[in-house]
Amino acid sequence: MGRYVIRRLLQMIPVFIGSTFLIFFMVYALGDPVAALFGDRAPDPATAAQIRAELHLNDPLWKQYLIYMKNIFTGDFGTAFNGESVVSLMRSAFPVTIRLTIVAILFEIIIGISLGVLTGMRRGKPDDTGVLLLTLVVISVPTFVTGYVLQYLFGVQWGWVSPSVSPEAPFNELILPGLVLALVSLAYVTRLTRTSIAENTRADYLRTAVAKGLPRHRIIIRHLLRNSLIPVVTFIGTDVGFLMGGAIVTERIFNIHGVGYQLYQGILRNNAPTVVGFVTILVLVFLLANLLVDLLYAVLDPRIRYA
Amino acid sequence: MTVIDDISDVPTPDAKLAPLLEVRDLHVEFHTRDGVAKAVNGVNYSVNAGETLAVLGESGSGKSVSAQAVMGILDMPPARIPKGEILFQGRDMLKMSGEERRKIRGRKIAMIFQDALSSLNPVLSVGYQLGEMYRVHQGLSRKDAKAKAIELMDRVRIPAARERVGDYPHQFSGGMRQRIMIAMALALEPDLIIADEPTTALDVTVQAQVMELLAELQAEYNMGLILITHDLGVVADVADKIAVMYAGRIVEDAPVHDIYSKPAHPYTKGLLQSIPRLDQKGQELYAIKGLPPNLTRIPSGCAFNPRCPMAQDICRTDVPQLHPVGTARGSACHFWKETLGE
Repeated sequence: MGRYVIRRLLQMIPVFIGSTFLIFFMVYALGDPVAALFGDRAPDPATAAQIRAELHLNDPLWKQYLIYMKNIFTGDFGTAFNGESVVSLMRSAFPVTIRLTIVAILFEIIIGISLGVLTGMRRGKPDDTGVLLLTLVVISVPTFVTGYVLQYLFGVQWGWVSPSVSPEAPFNELILPGLVLALVSLAYVTRLTRTSIAENTRADYLRTAVAKGLPRHRIIIRHLLRNSLIPVVTFIGTDVGFLMGGAIVTERIFNIHGVGYQLYQGILRNNAPTVVGFVTILVLVFLLANLLVDLLYAVLDPRIRYA
Repeated sequence: MTVIDDISDVPTPDAKLAPLLEVRDLHVEFHTRDGVAKAVNGVNYSVNAGETLAVLGESGSGKSVSAQAVMGILDMPPARIPKGEILFQGRDMLKMSGEERRKIRGRKIAMIFQDALSSLNPVLSVGYQLGEMYRVHQGLSRKDAKAKAIELMDRVRIPAARERVGDYPHQFSGGMRQRIMIAMALALEPDLIIADEPTTALDVTVQAQVMELLAELQAEYNMGLILITHDLGVVADVADKIAVMYAGRIVEDAPVHDIYSKPAHPYTKGLLQSIPRLDQKGQELYAIKGLPPNLTRIPSGCAFNPRCPMAQDICRTDVPQLHPVGTARGSACHFWKETLGE
């Protein structure tokens, strides 16, 4: 197990370097950060040259990348378009997105798994078919549609929640956005759980559990769920990575100042330090989430652990 | 969880005289899209303590289904038991509540399955799966259950039981896994064990060891054993009596030696002839022509008639009953005398 963890950690290094370099290359080499800094106005050539020198933009790209990486490791992610440091942007954005992710993941776990277990054990019955159809609808409708519709219904029409989230973004205001963000994954979790439960219900070891004279709740929890939830848990783990970075649409709809919002602003204003900085952190989050999933998988399934 | 309760150990009046298990006129059918598959059509058999009954038959003969009905692990629906009685220690289990039956499973009647790898839970250690029997049925603590599990593994001669109790099923060899299945069935010293093709998935050499172990433990605990198999070789050494099944019925029922020396049903005869023999080396192996019937469309009359070399008109119209042949024997063939006589 220890060696497995170390090997996985070492594998993360080239992935981290490769992906951050790619982002760095695309943003710095394909755009002009100095021009972007001045917006529509043409920059004064002397000032531009000075900024270029300060930002090491005259050095070869690999050298720029090394300097950038060195700065990152000392906690310096550069300055955003409004003069604020990228680090302080992150400090305000990440807690919001983390809260939003937590809400979304809770929805996936509680509603998704419950629906999946229910339908998996009642295959072919009307409620199973109903839920299955509903998940199909949810998966096929894009987030910006469900987002705006739910925002209109709950926020405007019925006034149950505030249609936009305040800058502090407390948990109670994030319930509806969290649901919107979770919906598609929730539908996948439901379907995945359902299939997995249905498959394991027919498994030989489940018949053994019945033959052992175990009570029904023990058969379902210890034997059926324990096996069926392995793929579901790994899916949800990977989803944490996605949700952390992929909330651009949801955050726009509900005016949440999280990671997605900052990234959107950064891209819109062609602000290289913001984009590269946030993406670097997201790459790390994604890698860690995947590592955790792999470790979790090994913990849950001994066949992986001892392979 | 503490489920320490006793299903009445008070025997019913005639329990002393009655066999340990008696199956009477058992019918099982499956409702499928293609119609009703009649898997078991009026089966009778009985097993006494310490006795081994081998139920022999091809796949689809209803041998496993009837055993699962006894065990109470059929999925109902699609399965249905329209008729019959399953008397265990004198009480009809088909009339018991689900909870009553559950308490018999594992404790009084245990089952050994064919493929131990798929029949054991892949994500729980064998120690946990063995210990679960004690924790659920006797309310033992996790620690005590583990100690019992190690004891059990020793009983079925798994080397280094103490070190291996935390291992998972996939870490054991096929023979060792089957021993774990046996240990699990044995855990609560049940009165009856049903072994459904316990050695089919194993190497021939390991087969012998596992069968030997099973027979030995059976004798030691004086348990009844129902051995379900399609392998005549396995049966000869361990069984006391044999019930041959075809298309959901028992076609021949006899003490083990009688069947081998003089089969009284053409189907049994065909089965015996299709065993490879050393003195017939080089000759083509005999095979019963045709295929077992589709259970949704069982032929009228004797179900075996389309494949039977002796079939006459009566075989296509009349269902043969189990005719007594001698004392402890029966054959469901209109021409049992002729079959015996040849």
